[in-house]
Amino acid sequence: MKKELIKPQGLVKNANRRQFLKMGTLTIAGAGLLFVGCNDDDEMMPTMPGMVSLGSGDVGILNYAYALEQLEAAFYAEVIKGSYFANASAEEKIIMGDLEKHERAHREFFKAALGASAIGSLEVDFSSIDFSSRTSVLMAAKTFEDLGVAAYNGAGQFLESSDFLLIAGKIVSVEARHAAAIRDLINPGSADFAGDDIIDANGLERTLNFTQVLTAASAFVKTEIDFSQLPS
Amino acid sequence: MNLIKLLDTICPDTKSAEDKDRFFSRREAFRQFGDFGKKMALAAVPLAVLNSIPHVAKADTASLIGVLNYALTLEHLEYRYYQLALDSGVIEAADRVIFQKIRDHELAHVRFLQEVIGNVLMGTPVAEPKFDFTAGGNFSPFTSYPTFLALAQAFEDTGVRAYKGQAANVKESDVVLTAALSIHSVEARHASQVRRLRTKKGQDAIKGWITNGSIGSLPAATMAIYAGEENLTHGGVNVSSLTGIDAAAVSEGWDEPLSREQVLGIAGLFLAGSN
Repeated sequence: MKKELIKPQGLVKNANRRQFLKMGTLTIAGAGLLFVGCNDDDEMMPTMPGMVSLGSGDVGILNYAYALEQLEAAFYAEVIKGSYFANASAEEKIIMGDLEKHERAHREFFKAALGASAIGSLEVDFSSIDFSSRTSVLMAAKTFEDLGVAAYNGAGQFLESSDFLLIAGKIVSVEARHAAAIRDLINPGSADFAGDDIIDANGLERTLNFTQVLTAASAFVKTEIDFSQLPS
Repeated sequence: MNLIKLLDTICPDTKSAEDKDRFFSRREAFRQFGDFGKKMALAAVPLAVLNSIPHVAKADTASLIGVLNYALTLEHLEYRYYQLALDSGVIEAADRVIFQKIRDHELAHVRFLQEVIGNVLMGTPVAEPKFDFTAGGNFSPFTSYPTFLALAQAFEDTGVRAYKGQAANVKESDVVLTAALSIHSVEARHASQVRRLRTKKGQDAIKGWITNGSIGSLPAATMAIYAGEENLTHGGVNVSSLTGIDAAAVSEGWDEPLSREQVLGIAGLFLAGSN
């Protein structure tokens, strides 16, 4: 049942769980150990080539977030290489440059946090996006950012760990800031930044479940994602 | 110490069979409540549903009511602020559509929280406090548009941090947690829009996201609202060191929570009678 854990401080190879936790504050290694503590019977299933399995429990949810961050990071990496970006206004260059860094930072964070439990790199398919077209790029960015917010909002209830819930909360509000900015670039000065298409009469933003999110994402991802072990 | 406790909480397999059953039944009960909640208009949850939540449910319910009343206080503040501003005429005509939308959301949040507190959790929603948006004569948000925008940004960024700080405190109820998260991201959208609007108006040079712990051109009194936002370390790892991405960008990529005490310290400036 032991999984390799990331050991940023090279601390914990065979450390007893409690002993280690007494040594200090939550570290990535500690986070990994949290998984080990409960993982008697939820080993990741062997997967077929070209397919990734997100796994179960909090690991599964973090892999789900990691998958979405991979998608977003890959998208903005393409954006800043494209001709829309090269010719974009100063404001839009700053925004797209920031979003590329933020999403790359999120992706690398989850990869490190998950350690050996992390899924591999997803193969993306952006053939439906025209990276020379402002409209095409902004519409795709809107889709990704809104999807990310709805995914985090929908997944929060399944996280058992308060620490991971807080980390997800720290990220989701930034995704929402992104989403609002992209929407305002598409329709400046309007109410679209928080439009009725995603916010209901109670003032609540929509949530999407795992199936809805991964179905939407599958238009841009070639790798098959097995999320059958995620909590429900 | 907390982590050890956390491990025991989330790993029922380390405990007795009875504890394990209790853990799962309690979690399941809340989850069913959550599923039910999503389908209802939130007007009519029978008391029996709450009474059927086993074990510590009553204590949790009292705690949930406390958290939601705290949120309701902030929503009252935001709603009243935008309504007074719209009534005052301080908002430039072209921007009214933005603040009408924000006002609508804050009013919806007030009504939603009142409904959940009063008719789902069977508690007593707090009354709207009396506000002093001049903070004792220091600000003139209803005659100065730049001041209005500055305080709007301060309230929205505070709101994001306030909800974030309570997520773990409502996680035993899936329906309340999900609702809180769904309000939280709406506040973040508002914050992004107001921040960018201030920059467009030439009043600041900030972005939709918070860079380091910078208050930009806001008055020094707002320092507490942004304190801690410069954090780069999550789950024990410095993400800037991990990735080589500059600290400013990494700080922007994660928003930080505030405790209830910190938020009430900020909001207290705008409560009538406290100045």
